[in-house]
Amino acid sequence: MTIIVSAIGQGLLWGVLGLGLFLSFRILDFPDMTVEGTFPMGASVTVICLVHGINPLLATLFAFLAGTLAGLATGLLYTKGKIPILLAGILVMTSLYSINLRILTKANVSLIGKDTIFSSHFLASLPASFDSVVLGVILVVVSICLLAFFLNTELGQAFIATGDNEKMARSLGIQTDRMKILGLMVSNGFIGLAGGLIAQNNGYADISMGIGTIVIGLAAIIIGEVVFGNLSLTARLIAVVIGSIFYRFVILIVLSLGFNANDLKLISAIILAFCLMLPTLRKSLRLNTLFEGGRTK
Amino acid sequence: MTEPVFTLSDIVTTVNTGTSEEQQILKNLNLTINKGDFITVIGTNGAGKSTLFNTIAGNIKPASGQILLGTKNITSENDIKRTNYISRVFQDPKMGTAPRMTVAENLLLALNRGRRRKFKPRHLKQQIAKFQELTKQIPNGLSEHLNTPAGNLSGGQRQTLSFLMATLVQPDLLLLDEHTAALDPKTSQELLKLTAKIVEQEQLSCLMITHHLEDALSYGNRTIVLNDGQIQSDLSGEARANLSTTDLLTYFNDLE
Ligand SMILES: Nc1ncnc2c1ncn2[C@@H]1O[C@H](COP(=O)(O)OP(=O)(O)OP(=O)(O)O)[C@@H](O)[C@H]1O
Ligand SMILES: [Mg+2]
Repeated sequence: MTIIVSAIGQGLLWGVLGLGLFLSFRILDFPDMTVEGTFPMGASVTVICLVHGINPLLATLFAFLAGTLAGLATGLLYTKGKIPILLAGILVMTSLYSINLRILTKANVSLIGKDTIFSSHFLASLPASFDSVVLGVILVVVSICLLAFFLNTELGQAFIATGDNEKMARSLGIQTDRMKILGLMVSNGFIGLAGGLIAQNNGYADISMGIGTIVIGLAAIIIGEVVFGNLSLTARLIAVVIGSIFYRFVILIVLSLGFNANDLKLISAIILAFCLMLPTLRKSLRLNTLFEGGRTK
Repeated sequence: MTEPVFTLSDIVTTVNTGTSEEQQILKNLNLTINKGDFITVIGTNGAGKSTLFNTIAGNIKPASGQILLGTKNITSENDIKRTNYISRVFQDPKMGTAPRMTVAENLLLALNRGRRRKFKPRHLKQQIAKFQELTKQIPNGLSEHLNTPAGNLSGGQRQTLSFLMATLVQPDLLLLDEHTAALDPKTSQELLKLTAKIVEQEQLSCLMITHHLEDALSYGNRTIVLNDGQIQSDLSGEARANLSTTDLLTYFNDLE
């Protein structure tokens, strides 16, 4: 029982990462590699703030702000520097490794004995693992509401149009470069936030905790799409979070089958690859009658 | 009707500049577009018609020459800024619409053409009735598909949508690049009639590229023949009225 609750809690917190990734990978259609540097950056910033006794809410907010800066760097390299987006992301991700080490001062910093966002009276009074579920639900609901509001503003629509058909967007007078930068900033903001949350949930920040985050975030997005198929934009955001929870369950099942936790990254890559191939597999195996709907784009 | 809204003088555009492949596309092109002019543009494939549009819209910077809006020099203004007064329908139907956004959402984007997009609700619902009426003008089913993603429309429907988007906010200059080429003959005529009606009503200035010589002569008040990056002939008034499509065809043949 606790294992399942804990998986839901993890799924919700990691869902924030999925939401961030959705903006870049799905709406802008950018393979943004910054993510793997932004996530540990958010974690590092939050942990160092907490170690210095800064208010946990504020420390978590700083993770978001740090993320937006990383997104800004990638966005500027891409739009003003004309560096291909894949490379721009890799450049920022690589440099963030050094920056994160500077922030953390060593490879691993623990939060033992420090106040975190989970130490608040209310959350601490909950039974084990329920704290991350409650906090996760609150954060995910707030995030989805904010994102859904943003995407339905004039600005949000211009952002979506930029990702959908840049040439058209320009011909309607949309400042596409600004939209890309804005999108990368918000996206990486959420990813930094996720890093800050996961670090507090785990009780530490580690310099290498970014490895594989793209796979985890993408798995959430794709599982959501495979399970729910065609949806409105707001519903797709919810599907990402549910996909993130499903992903935790799949990992749970795989581990309970006796696989080694050291193989987790390999396993998560295989899960994602499988989900990505599902539409093709379905066609060739004629499984359409078994599953309905589901598309990857 | 003689006040120039748009003037191109001595425009030269080159592609692959600085390489051995360097090539001039427009060669010292001159064109004056007067207020209310509805100019049809004809010319062989590769004559430079789309390149002319790209230059006017600011997608291509001319290597030399000058572009005036009224009396204002806009040669160095970029394409995004020029959307304040220019709108266009691309030759490729896929180019002019956002495939994953619905027809209504596409129209709403066009309603804000050239304006700064603000961080405030988009107010789509308030526009639906207006969009309903707008799309009904062309009877090819677009009005029943306001909530359909544009990517699921037929090529002709997408091109109709592109046209409606281009004229939703009146531009000073409307650029139409074979905007009826993807349409069936009947819808094509409907859209051409609507084009003429809107250009007339709103007193727009318009350039329309077409490969249909009949349309080139029966619509608009002026016809230009583009050849090898230059304007070969500029026909209007009596000279144009007395012209038949066979006469026009000889213009092509003479070019060979
Ligand atoms: N980016 C580019 N690089 C190289 N050559 C180009 C480029 N764009 C256009 N051209 C060349 O410029 C010439 C004019 O092209 P353009 O598209 O303007 O022709 P067009 O008159 O619109 O033809 P069509 O009737 O086929 O649409 C062609 O010879 C084309 O190959
Ligand atoms: Mg062309």
